[in-house]
Amino acid sequence: MTALARRAFQPGELRRRAAAGDVKLWASLLILVWAAVFMIWQGLGFAISIGSVFAIWAILAVSLNLVVGYAGLLSVGHIGFFGIGAYAAAILTSNASYEQLRTEAIPTFAWPFFAALPVSIALVGVAAVVVGVVLNRFRDDIYVLVSFGFAIIAFNVFLNGRGLTRGAFGVHQIARPAIGGWELTGELEFLILLLVFLALTVAVSWLIVTSSFGRVLTAIREDEQAIEVFGYRATHYKLAIWVISAMLAGLAGALFASWTSFIDPNSFILLESVLLVSIVILGGLASIWGSLLGAMAFVLLEEGMRFLPFLPAEYVGQARQAVLGILLVLLMLFRPQGLVGRYRL
Amino acid sequence: MSGGDGSGGSDDVRVDLPLEEIGLSKHFHSWENLYTGQDGLALETIGVSKSFGAVKAVDRLTLAIPRKGMTSIVGPNGSGKSTLMNLLSGTLPLDGGLVVIDEVGLKVVKPYETPQHGLTRTFQEVRLFDQISVWDNIMVVLTERRPFAALLERSKPGHRQKARGILQSVGLWEKRDVMAQELSYGQRKLLEIGRAMALDVDTYLFDEPFAGLFPQMLERVKDLMKQIRDSGRTIVFVSHNMDIVRELSNRIIVLDSGQLLAEGDVEPVLGRPEVIEAYLGA
Ligand SMILES: Nc1ncnc2c1ncn2[C@@H]1O[C@H](COP(=O)(O)OP(=O)(O)OP(=O)(O)O)[C@@H](O)[C@H]1O
Ligand SMILES: [Mg+2]
Repeated sequence: MTALARRAFQPGELRRRAAAGDVKLWASLLILVWAAVFMIWQGLGFAISIGSVFAIWAILAVSLNLVVGYAGLLSVGHIGFFGIGAYAAAILTSNASYEQLRTEAIPTFAWPFFAALPVSIALVGVAAVVVGVVLNRFRDDIYVLVSFGFAIIAFNVFLNGRGLTRGAFGVHQIARPAIGGWELTGELEFLILLLVFLALTVAVSWLIVTSSFGRVLTAIREDEQAIEVFGYRATHYKLAIWVISAMLAGLAGALFASWTSFIDPNSFILLESVLLVSIVILGGLASIWGSLLGAMAFVLLEEGMRFLPFLPAEYVGQARQAVLGILLVLLMLFRPQGLVGRYRL
Repeated sequence: MSGGDGSGGSDDVRVDLPLEEIGLSKHFHSWENLYTGQDGLALETIGVSKSFGAVKAVDRLTLAIPRKGMTSIVGPNGSGKSTLMNLLSGTLPLDGGLVVIDEVGLKVVKPYETPQHGLTRTFQEVRLFDQISVWDNIMVVLTERRPFAALLERSKPGHRQKARGILQSVGLWEKRDVMAQELSYGQRKLLEIGRAMALDVDTYLFDEPFAGLFPQMLERVKDLMKQIRDSGRTIVFVSHNMDIVRELSNRIIVLDSGQLLAEGDVEPVLGRPEVIEAYLGA
């Protein structure tokens, strides 16, 4: 009691707490204001395209945080599910009249986007069960390595499964969604669609993390052996959240494929997965808001660098990665829970 | 149950196993001596073993713990007390032998099934869910076990009321919104006992619940344990504090090098020459 009282009344402790509260508030404000200023400065067209990129990264980040932040499973293979979702949607909607012109034909289904979407997500779910059962056998460092392995395998399937994916040539002219007779060809319409799905993702994730299930996940993250003694089968919980998270990534993939209308294996390389993990950690583990902030900061960073006068356009990509890397190192040193996170690795 | 022939279902097992194999040859006196208690047995181990490399942490151990009251487990450092606890709760897999919980014989103890068998525990090194709130540390053991039902369950008034009662009885109600990692050592010990108490089971295993506590906290833990005992449940606890062992337990088990050195009523056992020697030698 006295020890605790002494600790609570130390001036350093008080300052530390005040500062901790401040960082959350200021980080959020800074990023939001930055986004607003940027969009007003660059105009509507820019806001629409940056908003779409943000929405896709945000769905991915929020879904990955369920696994990394809440369940404590550091997976760097998430991009694999994004890719499976994208390819599934691309192939299921692929158009026969277009595909006949190609030298290397892939199967054509010509489904409408909204028919292909649930099937793509379900296919990702099936893949996630298989990968999840394997991953559940591992822990800690080995877990990270095996999830790495999954991302590499997925990439190689996209690259070499030519009969399905047409390998490095990619899949072109992927259908845009249509509601009734109204095809969402405009960028603004598509942005709205993306934001609707982002809102759904956030809602589903919020319902999960605030349920009894979500509380058990955090306990598994903290001490798997201890929670098992209280009657919970940790492997079942881990598999369940893994599959849910993967399916949300699959949703992001299907939307991405339709949005860009062209995908090839280069969109699903390991590096993208690492960037995604960085976004989640940067924004804050075990915080949905953190993942939204992280995705926003990342997209602003990427786009912002285009406007640096001394930086040639071809270096923007590398510079973005370098900055992100430096930010991550600084964060791990000084704020391991990320900007607004509630859990430190 | 009549003292001589042990408890119903596991008779066959006892008859079938050669005494040598289950570690009974050395300390075997008579069945009467081993299986006591008018209320039957809460726990038994039959020839249970666990090794870590060359170290035989628990070595063909056969013992019985009567239902109700408090049984203490004592022994020098490294004598296998915590390993025994881990085997009973399924936290470590058995190398061999049989654990009988509530008269069900188990070769494999699945940790997530122990509450169904009526058992829960605390850990010697205090294992809380550090980065979640004190409140959630209690709530998490009250809620739905099945994943898909848990997805649909929001916090229930019944659970909240129970969690509140537990936190009040361990004196941590004021701390409910603090992360468990920010508690003092003594408060952490109390929270862990509270977390176990939140589970309504027949048998509680406490691994060194008094270690490192100041007198005031120590009294509090004692009171909580008495409260559990007085509600007709069984407590098994490990302790190095002989005063508390004498005060609280009505039965004692002494381990040495993973083997049973003595078991029985407290004073006679503590007076035996081999027990005194084990302690002086350690
Ligand atoms: N996880 C482990 N890995 C390797 N050896 C272990 C492990 N756990 C226990 N041991 C060894 O097994 C033996 C029994 O350990 P155990 O922790 O059960 O003893 P204890 O009676 O609880 O001791 P203490 O009074 O110090 O808590 C010791 O020699 C210990 O070093
Ligand atoms: Mg011990």
